[in-house]
Amino acid sequence: MTKKDLIVKLQKQLKVYTHKDIAYAVNIIFDSMTDALNRGDRIEIRGFGNFTIRERKSRMGRNPKSGVEVKLEKRKTPFFKTGKELRLMVNKNGL
Amino acid sequence: MTKIDIIQNVYEKLGFSKKESADIVESVFDIIKDSLANGDKVKISGFGNFVVKEKRARRGRNPQTGQEISITARRVLTFKSSQVLRKALN
Repeated sequence: MTKKDLIVKLQKQLKVYTHKDIAYAVNIIFDSMTDALNRGDRIEIRGFGNFTIRERKSRMGRNPKSGVEVKLEKRKTPFFKTGKELRLMVNKNGL
Repeated sequence: MTKIDIIQNVYEKLGFSKKESADIVESVFDIIKDSLANGDKVKISGFGNFVVKEKRARRGRNPQTGQEISITARRVLTFKSSQVLRKALN
């Protein structure tokens, strides 16, 4: 499912809104989450999961093609921890 | 940031009522959850991909006691952040 499919499903489910309004709302949701992570904020969605920022230390890396050593600067990367409800949902249907 | 803050954002920027904004936000996460529960992946461009992965059964160890235990086969959810999001953070 892509963002587009999500918008279509959402509009079918909620009916009262136009595709444009729903698309706008979905973009606001993910933009506001991106903004929060940018501020260094964590995101907690109960039943879904938490997004946090993890720091990666600077280290020496290697270009896998040429073998040349390069220095990788320390950087921030988003990390997602699945919430309990979703974790059980994902696992249950499969087994 | 919690769901309430996201709802507040939608409310302020879209001009829908609080109730309507809350319904939209709840539905977004519900639809994503249902899709993942079915084993589907969810790709949100500019944000990241949620992918369900199959894990085989393996032997594990209780890190506290050192006792060996068997871990059953399971499905787990992984999130791979979009390059756009990672770039924005650095």
